[in-house]
Amino acid sequence: MIIIANLFIGSGLFFMVFGVLGLLIFPDLYTRLHPAGKAGTAGVLSIFVGLIIYSGFTPLSLRIILIALFIVITSPVASHAIARGAIESGIKPWEANKK
Amino acid sequence: MNPFLVITYILSVTSFLCLIRIVRGPTHFDRLIGLNLMVLNITVIIAAQAVYYQRYVYFDVALVYAILGYISVIAISKYLTGRELHK
Repeated sequence: MIIIANLFIGSGLFFMVFGVLGLLIFPDLYTRLHPAGKAGTAGVLSIFVGLIIYSGFTPLSLRIILIALFIVITSPVASHAIARGAIESGIKPWEANKK
Repeated sequence: MNPFLVITYILSVTSFLCLIRIVRGPTHFDRLIGLNLMVLNITVIIAAQAVYYQRYVYFDVALVYAILGYISVIAISKYLTGRELHK
């Protein structure tokens, strides 16, 4: 059981670390939004699933489920609001070999 | 090695890297993306510490922090929409 929880936590840390690396090295706002959204949903959710397996069926795990549901609902909404605001204020998407 | 401490150390480093993107982002929306991801990182850190120490109060702190981060991101992106501040 602990091995399964460690697997979930390890995959979540993988998603978070590479999402933040993509946030640092990608060339544009819209390309940066993509790994940030993946790290925001997939990484956080798998770390929370690992924590739930660790703590068992207690009131603690119910609160973790509450936070996970909130993040699942609101993280794509925040990413969509950022992208919509950017494209309405006139930021052009990046193109390779444009110069 | 304790997995909660591993989560805490690694996500502290990644939230610092998000802070680098907040400082040197070319537009304001880059800073918003960094802020959103940093709030999620710190929420996961608080939840891991709550499971490690078995404190229920930290979960309320994590939930309120996630709600405040979401509301601030939505409000700032609504405020910046349609304003050409990036030129």
